Amino acid sequence: MDFELSEDQVLLQESVTRFVADNYSFEQRRKLVDTDQGYSDKQWSQFAELGWLGMPFAEDVGGYGGTPVETMVVLEEFGKGLVAEPYISTIVLGGGALVHGGTAAQQQELIPQVAEGNLKLALGFAERQSRYNLADVQTKAEKSGVDYVLSGMKSVVFGAPTANKFIVSARTGGAARDEGGISLFLVDADASGVSVRGYPTVDGMRAGEVTLDGVKVGADALMGAEGEGFGALETTIDYAIAATAAEAVGAMSALNDMTLEYIKTREQFGQPIGKFQVLQHRMVDMFIAHEEAKSMAMMAAMRIDDEDPNERRKAASATKVQIAKSARFVGQQAIQLHGGIGMTDEYAAGHYFKRLTMIDRSYGDGDYHLARFGAVS
Amino acid sequence: MHMNFSADELAFEQKVAAFVSENLPADIKDKVDRGIELTREEVRRWMEILGQKGWAATNWDKKDGGPGFTIAEKFLAEDAIFMNGAPKMVHFGTRMVGPVLLAFGTDAQKAKYVPKILTSEEVWCQGYSEPQAGSDLAQLQCSAELDGDEYVVNGTKIWTTSAHCADRMFALVRTSKEARKQEGITCLLIDLKAPGVEIRPIITLDGKHVFNQEFFDNVRVPVSDRIGEEGDGWKIAKFLLGHERSNATYVSMNKRNLRKLKEIMADQRADGERLADDPGFVRKLADLEQDMLATTTMAMRQLAAASADKPVGAEASIMKLRVMDAYKQCHELMMEAGAYYAQPFERGHIRGEANTEWVGPDYLYRMSPDYFESRAMSIAGGSHEIQKDILAKRALGL
Amino acid sequence: MDMTFTPAEQAFRREVQAFVAENLPAPIARKVADGVEMTRDDMSTWMQILAKQGWLATNWEQKDGGPGWSTAQKHIFEEECAAAGAPDIIPFGTRMVGPVLLAFGTPEQKAKYLPGIVSGEMLWCQGYSEPGAGSDLAQLQLSAKLDGDEYVVNGTKIWTTQAHMADMIFVLARTDNSGRKQDGVTCLLIDMKAPGVTVRPIITIDGRHRFNQEFFDDVRVPVADRVGEAGDGWRIAKYLLGHERSNAAGVAGAVRMLKKLRAIAKAERAEGETLMQDQDFRRTLADVETRLEVLRMTAMRNLARASADKPVGAEASVVKLGMAEIRKDISELSMQAGAYYANPFDPKAIREGWGNQQPIGADYIFKLAPDYFEMRARSIAGGSNEIQKNIIAKRTLGL
Ligand SMILES: Cc1cc2nc3c(=O)[nH]c(=O)nc-3n(C[C@H](O)[C@H](O)[C@H](O)COP(=O)(O)OP(=O)(O)OC[C@H]3O[C@@H](n4cnc5c(N)ncnc54)[C@H](O)[C@@H]3O)c2cc1C
Ligand SMILES: Cc1cc2nc3c(=O)[nH]c(=O)nc-3n(C[C@H](O)[C@H](O)[C@H](O)COP(=O)(O)OP(=O)(O)OC[C@H]3O[C@@H](n4cnc5c(N)ncnc54)[C@H](O)[C@@H]3O)c2cc1C
Ligand SMILES: Cc1cc2nc3c(=O)[nH]c(=O)nc-3n(C[C@H](O)[C@H](O)[C@H](O)COP(=O)(O)OP(=O)(O)OC[C@H]3O[C@@H](n4cnc5c(N)ncnc54)[C@H](O)[C@@H]3O)c2cc1C
Repeated sequence: MDFELSEDQVLLQESVTRFVADNYSFEQRRKLVDTDQGYSDKQWSQFAELGWLGMPFAEDVGGYGGTPVETMVVLEEFGKGLVAEPYISTIVLGGGALVHGGTAAQQQELIPQVAEGNLKLALGFAERQSRYNLADVQTKAEKSGVDYVLSGMKSVVFGAPTANKFIVSARTGGAARDEGGISLFLVDADASGVSVRGYPTVDGMRAGEVTLDGVKVGADALMGAEGEGFGALETTIDYAIAATAAEAVGAMSALNDMTLEYIKTREQFGQPIGKFQVLQHRMVDMFIAHEEAKSMAMMAAMRIDDEDPNERRKAASATKVQIAKSARFVGQQAIQLHGGIGMTDEYAAGHYFKRLTMIDRSYGDGDYHLARFGAVS
Repeated sequence: MHMNFSADELAFEQKVAAFVSENLPADIKDKVDRGIELTREEVRRWMEILGQKGWAATNWDKKDGGPGFTIAEKFLAEDAIFMNGAPKMVHFGTRMVGPVLLAFGTDAQKAKYVPKILTSEEVWCQGYSEPQAGSDLAQLQCSAELDGDEYVVNGTKIWTTSAHCADRMFALVRTSKEARKQEGITCLLIDLKAPGVEIRPIITLDGKHVFNQEFFDNVRVPVSDRIGEEGDGWKIAKFLLGHERSNATYVSMNKRNLRKLKEIMADQRADGERLADDPGFVRKLADLEQDMLATTTMAMRQLAAASADKPVGAEASIMKLRVMDAYKQCHELMMEAGAYYAQPFERGHIRGEANTEWVGPDYLYRMSPDYFESRAMSIAGGSHEIQKDILAKRALGL
Repeated sequence: MDMTFTPAEQAFRREVQAFVAENLPAPIARKVADGVEMTRDDMSTWMQILAKQGWLATNWEQKDGGPGWSTAQKHIFEEECAAAGAPDIIPFGTRMVGPVLLAFGTPEQKAKYLPGIVSGEMLWCQGYSEPGAGSDLAQLQLSAKLDGDEYVVNGTKIWTTQAHMADMIFVLARTDNSGRKQDGVTCLLIDMKAPGVTVRPIITIDGRHRFNQEFFDDVRVPVADRVGEAGDGWRIAKYLLGHERSNAAGVAGAVRMLKKLRAIAKAERAEGETLMQDQDFRRTLADVETRLEVLRMTAMRNLARASADKPVGAEASVVKLGMAEIRKDISELSMQAGAYYANPFDPKAIREGWGNQQPIGADYIFKLAPDYFEMRARSIAGGSNEIQKNIIAKRTLGL
């Protein structure tokens, strides 16, 4: 048992911390997320140079062979600054799908481009009716000679507006909500029949509705065996849960720091409000909520690559439940303890709160994962 | 970073488990399983079995006569002991008096007491709380006045767990009213068979006899049974606080209780199905199990930090809060699982004195008493509110 | 004990229902339903419709120009307005300044301001809070110095709801720094268009413009616009706190939110069925519904007490605290119902609705997260939950 980071991991952490300190002050971030694109191309290139974009990929496909622990380290620091670049959508979701579901040829071709920062991916897995069930896929892929024709719509696809390629789940067989019969396809963003309605999300990131209207793709766009994409998709989402858990932990830690500092300095009734015992105990509960979330994010980073899929599911769901509990509490109480100023858009706390709230709206909320955890444990 | 125990550590756990299953007397195991109060004789019998194996003091170094376990081994040993049905016991001797003697005792005191602590030949209890001094412990009034080479002790201690099973008490007494409250406190080791000591049982709301009140009427305690100097009591008590919060024990208790809860759910029926198939109940179970997983992970993190000789600090108080919450929650669910059968209550059964049939399945009988008992978890040994005060001050600087 | 309304009260209820159904302009009702931001025009249109019927200053006696309703009638009116989806009126005129003027105003002040308040033509806002004075309101620093027959006002007020729509602001200002803090506070009525007043919008975390900060730079306020004497401000503010609002609107508002939530749950899909058929969701919903029922009953108890002219003390605060929590929870559950669709955020749609743009997801979804964020203010504004509990502890429990 060892909960310490290795020397290399500590170095990585330091470099991400430095990046966030230099580029993600609250004002800098506000400016950035208010631009049309919502993030910076320059910073994306910088990620590539620093090796963060290739981090989780195997060395033989152009990556740096990092483990989920490295991803945790990067995202925890990202969370502290609410980094807006599409790291999760391209690296964790898109990249993850390539790793878990792509053919060797697809990996060889695409991962180096991702690692160099020249290719952005987005993964379309949710649909209007699906909520968090990954098997509830209505988008169809019909064989047409050697090609496939895709039609349907993918909902709230993170990173969609600037993705060069989509990976989408589509039904090649099976009935509604069957796990069998789901296939993953690579689709060029500019392919004919693809349209994207991009929009900002509540937390200042970007997503879009991706409509596939008779999009023709070749057999080489199919990832893995036909009808067997569900496993890769589920694994990818579990990895994404581990990654966002770390991001949430970072965001909670920043929010707690900010709130603690505030209640130590804000004076009412002739004393810092942090002298009132109700607020002290509340702050302690927030501190505990963060510590618990951190423990679970670490657990997820250590267990998410377990060979036993049930162990992986258990780790992912238990972690997501914890994040839901902790993030909700920390977010809500941070606003409460700030009073009026906490409610304003011009103060950082609300932005952390919003990101934390949206993390619970992604990959399954607390209720969803509590049921899943109950089913697998 | 990894979360696995080594092969050696796992083998060690097996060894402890095997020892307990072979040596834990069946009658004791059965009583524990059914939540029946243990007698003084039973408590001592089991403590001596562990003592003879050298495992009474799992937390002691080899040089002091302990087994010299690593931190991971301590954790695993506790876990194996509990998961194999051993009673929950308060090891005041090995966890409290022993470490204090080793740190502050004279050679004579060590020679006199330590061996019997190691073998559990002598059982100890902790005399801190008084009617007027609970959370505000420094308020304690039980007085000890020097008379030649003896202290004369007068006053009372209350809520003393297992005093009725114990030979001796580790007490905090007041030797001076002059100085700051904290500075007039002294540690004495009191023989509970000394003349003038009276023990009055206090029955808890679950019907058991767990704690007591003691009255001291001119009880004479030799100065040689004072630990440290006069006025050192508070410092010594504080030293212990660091040692006392061994909440890992409760992580294992929780695990065992969860196992029990699942057994109950598999047996109880609801709507013609097993309670284990009731989605509403399963959800509550999942919530609890997730909580326990989080506390266990946190315990592991602390364990890893302690093994790496990093300071554990405030996290110990966090553990106390979270582990005890889960403990209470688990007992509440077990009671809930019993539905109507949470209601029958015959004190004789709980105390092992009845020879009538149980009403309903025998495992249900203890569920509400256990629930009531579990409420103490956020009161005893520094209430939840006090733990949060400590965290606010120490960890957050508020 | 009797939980029913009298036949006369029931007839009154039908009258209110019919009136609101006929007179609430459809575009306004639509905006309320969609959670779109109200403009000043929307607010004054509706307030003036009510005023024409004599139903704006619902809490006023007939002799003062109000309808002179019984407690039960007020309750019914608020319930029906909320149920029909009418916007909450801007309360500061009829609920705050009006009663204060009736109690403390000079005949000239009454003549000058009451008609505009009763007719809904003059909109007011409440200037209590300052950056340094929130829960500890007595700490307020906005200074008003006498100069001939005018006060010269300098300083700032913050978090002022609807100041950007208001004609007048009712402020608490400091006229004396020497004695006990509370004794140096004075009430002034300030024209928002007076030279030296500037209003800075503050956008809330839900993306809407609801409150503001005002700066006062040598703003001259005639002594004639001081309410009561210099130093009476605190007493007047406390008098107002005693005029605790009834909980009816809150309860009815929550009932409406819940109705909406049920409609959403019937429209959203989960596992091939509606979300409403999802066990977990139903359980959580049932939990909220039973809690609301408890609050409704407590509100009814209060109503019965008030109707019998018995004092309603802590019970009102209990309902207020409970309502804050339940409305927060319903909004949270509504957001949860949206699943992934809680993510999209279109600031323009929040303010103006979708117009002829195709909504993202469904037209009701995009505002669920913003509403949830907005609801967080329920336990902060107008005396935070912590302060409310402190007050209950002190006044009711004697702690
Ligand atoms: C099952 C059980 C076993 C025990 N075993 C022993 C034992 O073996 N030896 C021993 O010496 N004692 C023992 N105790 C006593 C225990 O340590 C005390 O009960 C505990 O310290 C609380 O003191 P009290 O009961 O006097 O409660 P009080 O201190 O009177 O507390 C009452 C309530 O007030 C709260 N409170 C007090 N101060 C504050 C504050 N500053 N801020 C906020 N809240 C506050 C407490 O949290 C509690 O909720 C045991 C207690 C129990 C329940
Ligand atoms: C949406 C909204 C609309 C508003 N509209 C108006 C308006 O129209 N006019 C107006 O004048 N004001 C308005 N306010 C301001 C509101 O009344 C204040 O925000 C409120 O009184 C709290 O003050 P504060 O924001 O300065 O927080 P603070 O007083 O600084 O409080 C910060 C935190 O400390 C806690 N706290 C403070 N003192 C204690 C204590 N003694 N014990 C325990 N906890 C304590 C609070 O509960 C809170 O959690 C509005 C606020 C909001 C959010
Ligand atoms: C716009 C606005 C609207 C409001 N509306 C309402 C309302 O409708 N209803 C309502 O009840 N309140 C309301 N308030 C809350 C208001 O802030 C407080 O009620 C008021 O400040 C308390 O008056 P006081 O200073 O005389 O304190 P008190 O009446 O003496 O005490 C009230 C609170 O302050 C705490 N307190 C007072 N002095 C101290 C001290 N020295 N140290 C620590 N804590 C102290 C008390 O514990 C308690 O929490 C409103 C505030 C604003 C800004």
